[in-house]
Amino acid sequence: MLERAEIVREKYLRHDKKFPHVWCPGCGNGIAMGAILRAIHTMGLSKNEVVMASGIGCSGRMPTYVDFNTIHTTHGRALTFSTGIKLANPDLTVLTVMGDGDATAIGGNHFIHAARRNLDLTAIIINNSIYGMTGGQYSPTTPFGSISTTSVYGHVEHAFSIAELAATAGASFVARSTVYHATHLEDMLKLAIAKKGFSVMEVISNCHVQYGKKNKLGGAVEMLNSYKDNAVKVEKAAKMTPEELEGKITIGVLADVDKPVSTEVYRRVVEEARVKAEIITKEKEKNGVKRYEE
Amino acid sequence: MAIDEKQNKILLQGNEAIVAGALAAGCNFFAGYPITPASEISELLSVKLPEFGGTFIQMEDEIASIGAILGASLAGAKAMTATSGPGFSLMQENLGYGCIAEVPCVIVNVMRGGPSTGLPTSVSQGDVQMARWGTHGDHPIIVMAVSSVADCFSITVKAFNLSEKYRIPVIILSDEVVAHTRESVVLPEEDSIRVFDRVKPDVPPEWYKPYADNNRGVPDMANFGDGYRHHVTGLVHDENGYPTQNGKEVDAFLRRIHGKISKGFNEIQVTKTYLMEDADVCVIAYGSVARSALRAVRDARANGVKAGLVQLITLFPFPRKTVDAYLRQCRAAVVPEMNMGQIVREVSRVNQTDCRIVKHNRIDGHLITPDEILKHLTTV
Amino acid sequence: MKSDERYEIRFSGSGGQGIITAAVVMADGVGRFDNNHVCQTQSYGPEARGGKSKAEVVIAGAPIDYPKALSVDLLLAMNQAACDAYFFDLKADGLLVVDSGLVQQLPTSRSVSIPFTKIAKEETGKELVANMVALGAVAYLSGKVSLDGLEKALLSRVPKGTEEMNSKALHAGIREAKKIDLSSLPRSVMDDWDDEL
Repeated sequence: MLERAEIVREKYLRHDKKFPHVWCPGCGNGIAMGAILRAIHTMGLSKNEVVMASGIGCSGRMPTYVDFNTIHTTHGRALTFSTGIKLANPDLTVLTVMGDGDATAIGGNHFIHAARRNLDLTAIIINNSIYGMTGGQYSPTTPFGSISTTSVYGHVEHAFSIAELAATAGASFVARSTVYHATHLEDMLKLAIAKKGFSVMEVISNCHVQYGKKNKLGGAVEMLNSYKDNAVKVEKAAKMTPEELEGKITIGVLADVDKPVSTEVYRRVVEEARVKAEIITKEKEKNGVKRYEE
Repeated sequence: MAIDEKQNKILLQGNEAIVAGALAAGCNFFAGYPITPASEISELLSVKLPEFGGTFIQMEDEIASIGAILGASLAGAKAMTATSGPGFSLMQENLGYGCIAEVPCVIVNVMRGGPSTGLPTSVSQGDVQMARWGTHGDHPIIVMAVSSVADCFSITVKAFNLSEKYRIPVIILSDEVVAHTRESVVLPEEDSIRVFDRVKPDVPPEWYKPYADNNRGVPDMANFGDGYRHHVTGLVHDENGYPTQNGKEVDAFLRRIHGKISKGFNEIQVTKTYLMEDADVCVIAYGSVARSALRAVRDARANGVKAGLVQLITLFPFPRKTVDAYLRQCRAAVVPEMNMGQIVREVSRVNQTDCRIVKHNRIDGHLITPDEILKHLTTV
Repeated sequence: MKSDERYEIRFSGSGGQGIITAAVVMADGVGRFDNNHVCQTQSYGPEARGGKSKAEVVIAGAPIDYPKALSVDLLLAMNQAACDAYFFDLKADGLLVVDSGLVQQLPTSRSVSIPFTKIAKEETGKELVANMVALGAVAYLSGKVSLDGLEKALLSRVPKGTEEMNSKALHAGIREAKKIDLSSLPRSVMDDWDDEL
């Protein structure tokens, strides 16, 4: 284990970047990043063919630290950039790291359409139930009744379930894990990245500095322990009643379907159109017609 | 001058000519969202791009469209999007990203009446200052206006070349009249079209500094997947591409991205003139209005007025020196626009002589007629 | 055409009558197969069917500056509303051409009335191609486009499978227009109005 951690540190972190990172001590983002790097390492992907894109927020800083082709985009828009990157160079493995507010509030429309479109992309959503970087305002996954800097009287709205939202919107693969279950998370990430089509990896993570503190959930250790105590494997959850599942975190593969991947279907469309155009062009060139005219 | 029979004449709409120009310039990626009066560009490219081995995608909105073209450009594509006012408003956020991350791309805005949903099928020039200042923060930008089908082709090629050369989003301002007018044109031969591609780094990856200054002020650009594994961000960054708040680095970076456009002024600024040699009164116009203006200038000449036309192709950076020279030559300049006076601000700003600046504004959704301009020319 | 010469045609009617298509085919005929310059514009509302429809073709010996009509040489009106709305844009020696089945009140005797819609129905069984019948007549009466080129343009622009029907309609229009003796018409569109004014 230690050996593997060293490989990851030496091979995948950008040492020319001015470390230390911006994350608070105990933040789940580091665990998520470690799991992503170990998954990529085990899968044997070349660093040159991996792109990591992110939006804005604490999770948005992750690409800065890792030695891939990396892009830190605008708030909520990471998936739109990833869509362009993947379509322009389908050989690249594109990972999009987002936060809960990033992916499901400001980027909510892009998220459901990326799922519907089913390009071969992997979305990794680190869900800490709060806007951490801007100071602890409520997000679309802040639980009903919770305290945040914009819901000091208790949150009056209801939370999104990101994984279920993704599955309903058409994602080919949806999994959930937590930053406590680092090995499970790594395994899930491998499946998500390997899956052809749009895959969503929801990572339940702790923001003890903003969310935990305001809601008296303790520090990083206490929050991680609560994930340990409340996580239920999806197989077990299937046999439980909704009442029993109250307050639990279902982890594992929540959806895995095979359907045409639009990146691949479109390549075939292009090939056919090219062949057809070649034939027509040859005829037209005889008549001196320029290709971009007709 | 009649057109030579042997030449290959075709009939194209402005929007179609933009497509032809884009393809001739090497465009291989387009993302867009349906909107009148720009939709023909999307429709035609959805057919043409696959034939050229390129990619077309219709996104969920204009925010996503510009995000996708920026991503595609970073992965090596020559990318474009096309929209109209309401969609252009939505694009402003990521337009700024293109400026700060120095991502080449072309954005076509076929102007229609505004504000808001405004007049979807009517002509306007209401987005001129927005094209310059729409996204937040001080930023460099190139804005070019087209007035004819021939322009739509050649200026689109030029826009791609400038965006690649200066690593900057280039905005093409078209308008409803130019977009939907069909004209007979002879497009240039394929091998006579100069196409400029971004300069790629020739150093080994470990030496590559993605945002380092050089004598052009434009860093060499590696595409994702080229083996250079660099970082791209919308935060102000140092020459390695990593976020910085160091005052010296911030200042140097922002001054460089403005400076690269100043260095290229001569190449970027395009103006056309008609009958200006002996003119003592001129019309300064752009877009479809330049065509009304040319007619008015000819009619004025027929009435004995020494009139000329200065047609602005590049609106921003504003062609200050060129305009200044003509203002010195003339006793009056008429600036007709289909807005409340957006370019006339620039003209007045650069005017250091006693040349009288006369604005003419039409905002009813119809093209300014030659007669309206002629009236000014014969009375100033 | 001489370099300072300019000939303007306005096609008008209601949305769905194929007004713009007729203008586009006319422009294409001139643009691709003749020696003159051409510019074609249109105005339209948000609706795909119904509402006013207007399209213009400007033909000139030199590159065209102002792309829209300044004073119309030939006005085609495919309904009464269009005829009433645009008649006053005609030049004094301009020509009004109407579908006689759809325009009953003629503002001038310097006009040509042909039942385009009726002819379309009789010749092809489809009223839909009345625009092409009208185009044939307009093209012939204007004398500003080679009829061969016009037909080539038409064949390349209509949907596959409808070439024969459209071409038949075009020729019917040309045939009807050939029967008209323009020299028998008053010299000015305002002749009938002079007495009243």
